[in-house]
Amino acid sequence: MNKSLVELNNCGVFRNQKWLVRGVSLKVSQGEIVTLIGPNGSGKSTTAKMSLDILKPDEGTNTIKKDIRISYVPQKISIDWSLPLRSIDFVNLVTKHKTSEINDALGITGIQHLINEDVRNLSGGEFQRLLMARAIAKEPHFLVLDEPVQGVDYSGEIALYKTIQEIVKKINCGILLISHNLHVVMSQTDYVICLNGHVCCSGIPSSVIKDQEYIKLFGSNIDPTLSLYKHNHDHHHLPDGSIDKADKNK
Amino acid sequence: MFDDFIIRAFAAGIGLALITGPLGCFIIWRRLSYFGDTIAHSALLGVVIAYAMNFNLIIAVFAVSCFIALSLLFLQKRTNLPDDALLGLLAHSVLAIGLVLLGILSFIRIDLMGLLFGDILSVNITDVLFVWIGGSIVLIVLILIWRPLFAATVNLELAKAEGLNADLANAIFTILIASVIAISIKIVGILLITGLLIIPAAASRNLSSTPIQMAIISSVIGLVSVVLGLQTSMIWNSPTGPTILAIALGVFILTLIPLKKLLISKKKIELSN
Repeated sequence: MNKSLVELNNCGVFRNQKWLVRGVSLKVSQGEIVTLIGPNGSGKSTTAKMSLDILKPDEGTNTIKKDIRISYVPQKISIDWSLPLRSIDFVNLVTKHKTSEINDALGITGIQHLINEDVRNLSGGEFQRLLMARAIAKEPHFLVLDEPVQGVDYSGEIALYKTIQEIVKKINCGILLISHNLHVVMSQTDYVICLNGHVCCSGIPSSVIKDQEYIKLFGSNIDPTLSLYKHNHDHHHLPDGSIDKADKNK
Repeated sequence: MFDDFIIRAFAAGIGLALITGPLGCFIIWRRLSYFGDTIAHSALLGVVIAYAMNFNLIIAVFAVSCFIALSLLFLQKRTNLPDDALLGLLAHSVLAIGLVLLGILSFIRIDLMGLLFGDILSVNITDVLFVWIGGSIVLIVLILIWRPLFAATVNLELAKAEGLNADLANAIFTILIASVIAISIKIVGILLITGLLIIPAAASRNLSSTPIQMAIISSVIGLVSVVLGLQTSMIWNSPTGPTILAIALGVFILTLIPLKKLLISKKKIELSN
């Protein structure tokens, strides 16, 4: 029944004399949302790239089921200014779709009116929605979302996460999600992997938040059902409006 | 009445312009204009080898160009140097080797001006056939690899992640550029070929809103430049290759000036409707 689409087995990537990430094992199956969380530089994107086989692991094995459709929403993408590219061309980038399919996908992410707009005229949030629309239009079996809602406004963010859940139900795909929104992660995903150069802890959300390793990284005072994302500032704002780095005071 | 050599010149020039259009677009999109120069510089080595071994010029240049292009791919993977440094390294070292060989093999006499700037009026029927047959092959291959190549141009990781063979498309594209440069040596010469690749495509960028549009308009602009350039050079008795490029530059300037005004007035009309 629950066939796994992608499996990483004790994978690691070694670059420039250090391990970017090591000892990662994960499995994404049909109809399942697996989330990676962790601080900056903890190897989330690297792990996602191994699951897509863009990066070959230097140790361990990555297995991707054959002949599955894969969609990828990368964390950073910039379109060269010399490229004349409309939203519709971008959706058609890897696979050609019918106009009705493109309209549907753009409609789901709320940017149907921008179908013929030049991609460079889109705002950051609109472009993020376009990336999502392109990924959805393919009706993938396996979908990798690397911080898919960055730059999207607050209400749009919630709507997009809802969309993600709906997609899983509708096309029954497996999703590997990288997100900073712990509220969303804890309430809407099936399995959480907490990374910090290695797998700190993993499991279903309700067990992960009780894990000591998780508490060390994210603090214990997060009630995932209602709290906002808490974070520590590394700087102070001085009365005159300038910024004082907290590190300097140490 | 046109003489035979004029007809051959038109046939070769038009054929070349049709291929350089879409290829030039990719060169601009991928920021490879210096790459075209590198391949063109290294063509001198191919020419020397062709003369020394009494071998077909176009094939020799093509072989050397491919070798240089593949060396670049190899160096990109093996070193941490930026692309422009690698290209500079290859361009000038291979040019130097070509010149050294040319000096040693003193029996070779090369029309250096013809090599640098081409002489479209001296092309023979074999050259024309090379342009049209070679050009057709290049165009067909480009159409076949269009999707993976274009996707990789927009975002390499995305193309790879979603199962397109981006590395293969990139390698093939490199070979296509090498072939076009080999084909064009006699027509526009080493120094000017990059211009024929880039100027029409750059002019086309100002007029187009989709990639395919840009590729087609680029071909049309190249074609217009070749036809007008040949005629102008006959009237003024000016060197043909440079005249073609000067006309292309003229078209580029034309695309800059009136278009924005036109667009604004068009929008005004749309708004008033």
